[in-house]
Amino acid sequence: MSVLPFIVVAWIVGAGLYGIITSRHLVHQIISLIVLQSSTYVLLLAVGFHVNGVAPYFSDIPRGTRTVDPVVQALALTDVVVEAAVTALLLAFAIQAHKRFGSVDPEELRQLRG
Amino acid sequence: MTPLVRRRVFTVGIAGLLAFYGWGLSGLPAFGDYRGPYGFLVDALAIHQTHATGIVSAVNFFYRGFDTLGEEFILFIAATGVATVLRELRGEHDREENDLAEGRAATLTSDAVRMSALVFVGPVLVMGWFLTTHAQTDPSGGFQGGVVMATAVILVYLGGQFLVFERLSPIDVADAAEAVGAGGFVLVGLGALMAGAAYLADFLPLGSPAGAVDASGTIALISFFVGVEVAMAFVLIANELLEQTIVVRKGSR
Repeated sequence: MSVLPFIVVAWIVGAGLYGIITSRHLVHQIISLIVLQSSTYVLLLAVGFHVNGVAPYFSDIPRGTRTVDPVVQALALTDVVVEAAVTALLLAFAIQAHKRFGSVDPEELRQLRG
Repeated sequence: MTPLVRRRVFTVGIAGLLAFYGWGLSGLPAFGDYRGPYGFLVDALAIHQTHATGIVSAVNFFYRGFDTLGEEFILFIAATGVATVLRELRGEHDREENDLAEGRAATLTSDAVRMSALVFVGPVLVMGWFLTTHAQTDPSGGFQGGVVMATAVILVYLGGQFLVFERLSPIDVADAAEAVGAGGFVLVGLGALMAGAAYLADFLPLGSPAGAVDASGTIALISFFVGVEVAMAFVLIANELLEQTIVVRKGSR
């Protein structure tokens, strides 16, 4: 069981990638990218997890209590912010693609280039 | 490349990826067997150094404050980018007052949606403010609080109409507030330089005891500026995306 979280990470990566490859709609493709990226949250938090570790907030627990790694949690926060920024930009591009080509199917966009 | 070929290439690629991933996993410590040392070191030092009991915020706004500055500007630039990509193109114009077909009123939001949205605006705003101002003690911070505060503004849109939403979040004010949020972070760093310390060093009095809401020096201040920046960036992005469906129309005027 000690590798289960890492298998979950691989599963999410695979599901996200498959979604991107087979997508027939730009918004669906963007959501697949979000799924793919969410695997990194699981990976980061799994790497920093400590058995018997509690959340790294010492407001109501004694100093010196064993906690999970706060550094990877801060990185996960960065990850979320970057994902929000990327998603917003991609959605804007999807809107413009639809205006320009009248389609949101990646296959048709490829044929309509020019 | 036909979908079939692409799927085959994908299968080969994912098999290779999985093989390397499995190989990499075999060298990792087991799940839950964290060996540090960074987490342990930060835990041991942060409260003493920053008087903040929320260690994640201490990492974000102090130990790697410079990274977080870049992270904040990623969001800033994304909001700018969305506004640029969705600018008014040739052959587009804003919807006019009498654009709708005669006798066809705009669809109204149902009373149930309006009521629940309005009921939640106040509590959500307070929640966002709480999160933004308690980075130093609780699992929160400017990024989380900013998103929650932006949600309150978007709830106004849900409960009312887009025009009310636009009046509540005038673009000029939101733009200026976003710049204040982003610039405030930079200025806090420069303040440290003027005090003779390194950029983004904690130059304010730390306050005591550790874990008090008014303790932690620059961490609370930076979290506040980040909260303003994030809230305004999300309001601007939502505004641009909503404008596309509601205001912008094809064809010449």
